[in-house]
Amino acid sequence: MTQKTQTVATISNVGKSFGDKQVLSGINMQLHQSEILSVLGPNGAGKTTLINTMLGRLSLDAGEISLFGHPPGSMLVKRQTGAMLQVAGLPDMSTVKEHIELFQSYYAEPMSYQQVMDYSGLKDIENQYSKTLSGGQKQRLLFALAICGNPKLLFLDEPTVGMDITARKSLWKAIENLKANGTSILLTTHYLEEADRLSDRIVMLSRGKVVREGTPAQIKSQINTKKIRFQSKVNISELVAIKHVEKATQLHAENNYFELESTNAEEALKELFKHEIAISDLTIVGAALEDAFEIINNQDSTSSASE
Amino acid sequence: MMMTDSSINLNLDKKPSLLKIFYLEAKTETIRLFRTPGFSIPTLLFPVMFYTFFGIVFSMNPATMPTYLMITYAVFGVIGPALFSFGVGIAIERGQGWFDLKEVSPMPASAYIVSRIALTFIFSTAIIVLLFGIGAVFGEVRLFHSQWITLAAIFIFGSLPFCAIGMTLGLYLKASSAPATVNLIYLPMGFLSGLWLPINFLPEFMQQFANLLPPYHLAQLALKVTDMDLGFPIILHISVLAAYTLLFVFLAVKAYHKKDKQ
Repeated sequence: MTQKTQTVATISNVGKSFGDKQVLSGINMQLHQSEILSVLGPNGAGKTTLINTMLGRLSLDAGEISLFGHPPGSMLVKRQTGAMLQVAGLPDMSTVKEHIELFQSYYAEPMSYQQVMDYSGLKDIENQYSKTLSGGQKQRLLFALAICGNPKLLFLDEPTVGMDITARKSLWKAIENLKANGTSILLTTHYLEEADRLSDRIVMLSRGKVVREGTPAQIKSQINTKKIRFQSKVNISELVAIKHVEKATQLHAENNYFELESTNAEEALKELFKHEIAISDLTIVGAALEDAFEIINNQDSTSSASE
Repeated sequence: MMMTDSSINLNLDKKPSLLKIFYLEAKTETIRLFRTPGFSIPTLLFPVMFYTFFGIVFSMNPATMPTYLMITYAVFGVIGPALFSFGVGIAIERGQGWFDLKEVSPMPASAYIVSRIALTFIFSTAIIVLLFGIGAVFGEVRLFHSQWITLAAIFIFGSLPFCAIGMTLGLYLKASSAPATVNLIYLPMGFLSGLWLPINFLPEFMQQFANLLPPYHLAQLALKVTDMDLGFPIILHISVLAAYTLLFVFLAVKAYHKKDKQ
């Protein structure tokens, strides 16, 4: 670690259960200054619970959380924090501008209103009542409320849900800018493309435990599965029989596109050519984060099911 | 390892202006409710309508009834915004998750409460002005300046116990059932406290029961100004109202600080 990397949040050995159900156990992680950390995992993995403990909304059964050296939920910490939670609705009859100006007043050194507009792209609708906003516009308003205080620590829980691709991309840009200005960001998302693009590090949760941690590249490299795609008139049963091919799927029946998955793509290709199958339009791609995610989850669920 | 680096701790002690937060919170909330016809029309018009109907048009005793009912409908009127802005408002915001967002934001809890008390006072003032105006012009209510002012003060500050009750209801009720539940408390409680009809029109056992209800005590306190009360000591009425306030503030604080709300 270099001198410049400061720890903003430390989570040590955190455990939490609701009744009999253990929702988080033995969670250890750190969030550094100017870092985007994504917490990924299937529904019920404990992502929202983890955020709620960090926001001080839930008590801990075990372990400790420290934000800027203070316990979560204290006013000192809140004044450095912005949060975008999953909110079903905003008070209807206030305008976008009124909402933002009110939230700005909660902070000692808020972001300028103009800057908030630039980041959120809400300028054209600043005088609309929140009642009239579309789902994506509401998300942008919630994002604006989370950042308007110029927070050093930003929680984004599923920030781009309901946004179209243009809005999503401009939000990504805003997040990257905030990071460049020193904000530390904790992100949860279902869009792995988003986590892949934005994250410095990823923590994967499954059943309340951290199952993987690392950079997006590290997570992906743990999965050495490659995908071999081509067009051919072959019968799929022939492909399944090839050595080193773990899985074969027909992508488009009418075009005869196939996809093979292999952890040893080079050998699989040799075998494929040995079979003298006529192929065209060959591509080989490494695992996307999405595949890594799926594979890790499957591994973990089968291993824990057999426990 | 705890973070103790000074470069990050540098700004931790800076505080925003509390007064500005109170002002903006109250302003935003009041403007919002005036724009919400579902809130502003019933809370302003119901007491005015009932008073005009029972106190002026069909008054049974034009000498005393316009004055008596102006006072009791004003009590009825100021309880409404207190119970609804707190009770229904908080329950709905909790249901939406908006309350959670406010809770994790650096908004001081006091700002949330003070702003809603302020807006209750503003709505109360509007109701009082309307009722006093109708009473004076159409009901020929004649009072000393000091009596008008004392009454207005009793009504405005008398809404505080109901703010506390509303706050507790808002923190415990579900968004979907809050409006109905608050109405089920507000309307019968108003009637049983002698706000719709003079309390001595009610049977004896109901008059006894009214002793338990805070609106009854607020009404008796106000009626003392025009010597129309039942003659119980002021201290009794104030004590009961204070006790209700303390009890419900306690319950609200308990509900608010309960962690692990799901």
